Amino acid sequence: MAHSPAIAMVKGRGAYRVLVQRKKLVLLALAVVLVLSVIADLGLGPARYSMHEVVLALMGSPEVSEQISVVIWDIRMPVALMAVVVGAALSAAGAQMQTILNNPLASPFTLGISAAASFGASVALVFGVSFLPWAIDYIVSINALIMAMLAALFIHFMSQRRGVTVETIVLLGITLVFTFNALLALVQYLASEQALSAVVFWTMGSLTRATWPKLAITTAVVAISLPLFMRRAWALTALRLGDDKAASFGVNVRWVRLETMMVISLLAAVPVAFVGTIGFIGLVGPHIARMLVGEDQRYFLPASVLSGAAILSLTSVISKSIVPGTIFPIGIITALVGVPFLFSLIMSTRRRAW
Amino acid sequence: MVATLQLTEVGVRYGKQEVLSGVTTPVLKGGEVTAVIGPNAAGKSSLFRRIAGLLDGPGDIRIDDAALRPGPSPVCYMPQDTSVNTVLTVYEAVLLARKQGTPRKVTDEDLQEVDRVLFSLRIEPIAFKGLNELSGGQRQLVSLAQVLVREPKILLLDEPTSALDLHRQVEVLALIRSLAREREICVVLAIHDLNQVLRVADRVMVIDAGTMVSCGPVETVITPTLLQTIYRVDGRIERCSRLCPHVIIDGPLEPA
Repeated sequence: MAHSPAIAMVKGRGAYRVLVQRKKLVLLALAVVLVLSVIADLGLGPARYSMHEVVLALMGSPEVSEQISVVIWDIRMPVALMAVVVGAALSAAGAQMQTILNNPLASPFTLGISAAASFGASVALVFGVSFLPWAIDYIVSINALIMAMLAALFIHFMSQRRGVTVETIVLLGITLVFTFNALLALVQYLASEQALSAVVFWTMGSLTRATWPKLAITTAVVAISLPLFMRRAWALTALRLGDDKAASFGVNVRWVRLETMMVISLLAAVPVAFVGTIGFIGLVGPHIARMLVGEDQRYFLPASVLSGAAILSLTSVISKSIVPGTIFPIGIITALVGVPFLFSLIMSTRRRAW
Repeated sequence: MVATLQLTEVGVRYGKQEVLSGVTTPVLKGGEVTAVIGPNAAGKSSLFRRIAGLLDGPGDIRIDDAALRPGPSPVCYMPQDTSVNTVLTVYEAVLLARKQGTPRKVTDEDLQEVDRVLFSLRIEPIAFKGLNELSGGQRQLVSLAQVLVREPKILLLDEPTSALDLHRQVEVLALIRSLAREREICVVLAIHDLNQVLRVADRVMVIDAGTMVSCGPVETVITPTLLQTIYRVDGRIERCSRLCPHVIIDGPLEPA
């Protein structure tokens, strides 16, 4: 082929820039889906409002009635936004777990971190026992957080041992899931009837528990965590090329892993602490992101965050639409909706994603 | 002044087990190519990982880079090939290598360097293929691009040509040879093909059973005795009609 080196080289640069533009467009499209979903979420409930009414209420227009404004701003807004931040947090946590453990099955749910958090919460709900005695107001959340962190650290340190493979980590996670589920069952067995229903409701996961303070805390955790990940974007991407290669690029593999795992446990635990167990977002969100934009963390992480947020928000919409007037616990719906969606994506994509 | 590398009594320990010891070299200078040879599992990879700072052990590794630049280390190490399932294109994977330890933002200069390296290895046609779609040889070329794009001063290559066809082997080794001269890079590479060593290297280091057996100019080290003692084969070193030395293997050494 008679092409000059200069032209070939400029072509590479140009093609890369096009690729980057495409990824940015995908992010934009995800953001649009998310916004539309939030608006739909706000419009749905025992009383249904049109998209037009919701937008007017959001803009504070005098054309909508006071009642609609109150319902949308004070009742539905915390729930709708909670879906967004919880989805974002779980998906980001799942994305980074898959990255640092080099494992497509890793997510807070599959590796037992959610189960640990549920156990911690149930101890608080049933016995009123706090793992931190002075944090009595938030014992349910704090207990969930502590257990989640312990589980995350356990997984982390076990994965650091020599000879531990990807498969071992998954097996380890499954043992954690079973252990904590057994402990949870034990607590349920010992619980009073009233406490039992609280625990059961908890384990199903429901956004209706959302309040403005809880929303603020979850948002703060997400807002602190994401920049930490983004700062390490190049190093985290390099980890996926294998430890040896990442280390040969000068990445402090051990430190990046530990730091990331700490942030992950916070990201995974806080949502569980507030809204209960919501599975699959942490697994599905990152896989969708990977198929859409690949694994360059500069785009992979935002795409995971947006797709996780969008899925949970859409799930919230669906949980209200199945039977009008009834809101199903969202934890039940995520699996039922998320899994077929992921499955169809996997089957329709030609590129092997793992 | 060019970058230099010197090893003094360097060894590697895994826990209490000593897998490599007593590696001492003269000063290896930028512009020179040193080949590391020896049987499988002799400790070559351990030596590379030790020099790259990925393993601990006794001894002193002295790296002098006169133009000590801030940012990335002057030492770049290409590990032996491992298959990856990462969803990245070749272009992204090479850019990624360039961006480690440097400011986060991608500059025009970064992209130009990626383009230059891809072109020099003639892999620009696969620049936008996914890493998981590549053949073993292509992956190896990408790994090589990943170290070259970091503009190393000291380049450690662990079997960089093991998966390449003959044409690519010759081409890549010639490229490494000329890059070493042009950019005054100190290259240390592990390689099994002794004829390639004779073509490309200035110096040979022989590692066997965890120790350094010899280190010196190519033609004084690669001898029929070496073939017998290290590789247990009968062979000769003869010059061809163009007077280049070649290793000719006659057969395995009969058990005594």
